[in-house]
Amino acid sequence: MTVHEQFADDLALYALGSLAAAERSPLEKHLDECAGCRRELEQRRGDMALLALSAAGPMPPLRARQRLMEAIKREPKRQAAPRRTAWWAIAGWVAAAAMAVVAIAEWRDSSALLQEALRWRTLSNQQAQELEEAHKIVETLRSPEAQVVNVTKTNARPQPQGKAFYVRDRSSLIFLASNMPALPPRKAYELWLIPKQGSPIPAGVFKPNERGNAMVINPPLPAGVEAKAFAITIEPESGSSVPTMPIEMMGAGE
Amino acid sequence: MAQLYDRYAGIVYSVALRVLGDTGAAEDVLQEVFMQLWRNPGVFDSSRGNLGAWLAVIARNRAIDGLRKRRPETDIADVVVSVEPDLASEAERGRAMQKVRSLLGSMPAVQRSALEMAYFEGLSHSEIASKTGEPLGTVKTRIRGGLMVLRKAFQG
Repeated sequence: MTVHEQFADDLALYALGSLAAAERSPLEKHLDECAGCRRELEQRRGDMALLALSAAGPMPPLRARQRLMEAIKREPKRQAAPRRTAWWAIAGWVAAAAMAVVAIAEWRDSSALLQEALRWRTLSNQQAQELEEAHKIVETLRSPEAQVVNVTKTNARPQPQGKAFYVRDRSSLIFLASNMPALPPRKAYELWLIPKQGSPIPAGVFKPNERGNAMVINPPLPAGVEAKAFAITIEPESGSSVPTMPIEMMGAGE
Repeated sequence: MAQLYDRYAGIVYSVALRVLGDTGAAEDVLQEVFMQLWRNPGVFDSSRGNLGAWLAVIARNRAIDGLRKRRPETDIADVVVSVEPDLASEAERGRAMQKVRSLLGSMPAVQRSALEMAYFEGLSHSEIASKTGEPLGTVKTRIRGGLMVLRKAFQG
C-alpha cells in the first residue's frame, strides 16, 4: 500500500502535533479510510521516538523512582477496566490461558500483546484472583455445554467473522472476532446477547486492533440467560443500553 | 513496574527535560507517564511496536502539551509507533542515540532547526514559518525531509 503523496507532508506534521486544526480534520478523515497512510503515520511516530533519543542523557533523580513506587502502593486495588478495554484487564495467568485460544485462532498479533500483559500483570498483586479468572476461561472453552456460535456479516463477503463461547450457567462469555472493518471515529462495536425472551443484553464493547481482530472476555451479564443469538452493532465508544440499528453482524446458537 | 521504570525512565525523563527545561516539571511528566501505564497497561499495544519507543513519544507529547498549556489532542491508546531499532537494551539505545545525533549534526542547520523547533518546542509549521520568514511549504518539506533522513538511516 502506498502513501498518498498529497498527505505526506501533513502526516509528518500530524505526528509532531504541529498540524493546523483546519488541516487536521481532512487528514483524520482520510486516515480513517486509508491503511497505507495509517502505517505511514506509525512510521512517522517512530521517527519521533528516534528524535527523542537525541535528548537522551540526563537521568531522573532517585527521589522520582521512590515517588512513583509510593504512588503505586497507594493506588486503590484496580477495578475492572472500562468496558471498552475490558479484555485488557485480564491478567497474568488469564493472559496465558487466552494465548492458547489465540494460538488456535491464529491471532498471532495478539499473542505478543498478551505476552506483554502477562509480563506486566505478574508484577501486580492480583495473581490469585487472576488465576481464578483463568480457570473460568479455560473451563468455558473446554465445556461440553458451551454454545459455540458463529457470527457472520449478512449479505457480504465472508471476511468479518466472530465466534462466541457462552456458558449460560456460569454467565461466562468469550468472544473472538476477526477481519472486523475499521470503525468511524469515536465509535465502537457492541456485542449483544439476544435472549430467548426479552430485549437484547449488552455483552461488551470492543474495538478491533489494526488487523481487525478483537476479543471480549467475560463481560458483566445477568445470571442464567438462555441465548438465542449474538449480534453486533456500531455504537458510541461508551456503549449503549439498546442496540442502534442496523445490526452489523449476527449469529444464532447451534 | 520497577524493571520497566529502570529501563525506560531515562529516556522519558530526558525528553521531558529537554522540552520543558525544568527538572521538577520533567519529573511530573515521568510520574504521569508511568502512572498511566500502571493504571491501564492496555493503552500500549505491544503487537504494534516497542514500549521504549512508545514511551518516548508519549512523554514528548505530554511535555509539549504542558509547555503549550493545551489539552492532549490524541488519546494515547490510539498512538501506534513503528520503529526499527528495539530500544529495550541499553546498548541498542546507546547506538541509536549516537546515530541520531550524528544524523542531526550532518543536516543543514535550517533543516535541523526546523525539526527541533517542531519537536522540542511544539511549534506549528506556520509558527516556524513566521519565525524564520520562510514560506509554509518550505517548512513542511524541510520537516518531512529531516524525518526521512532519520528513517532511511535506520532502515539501513
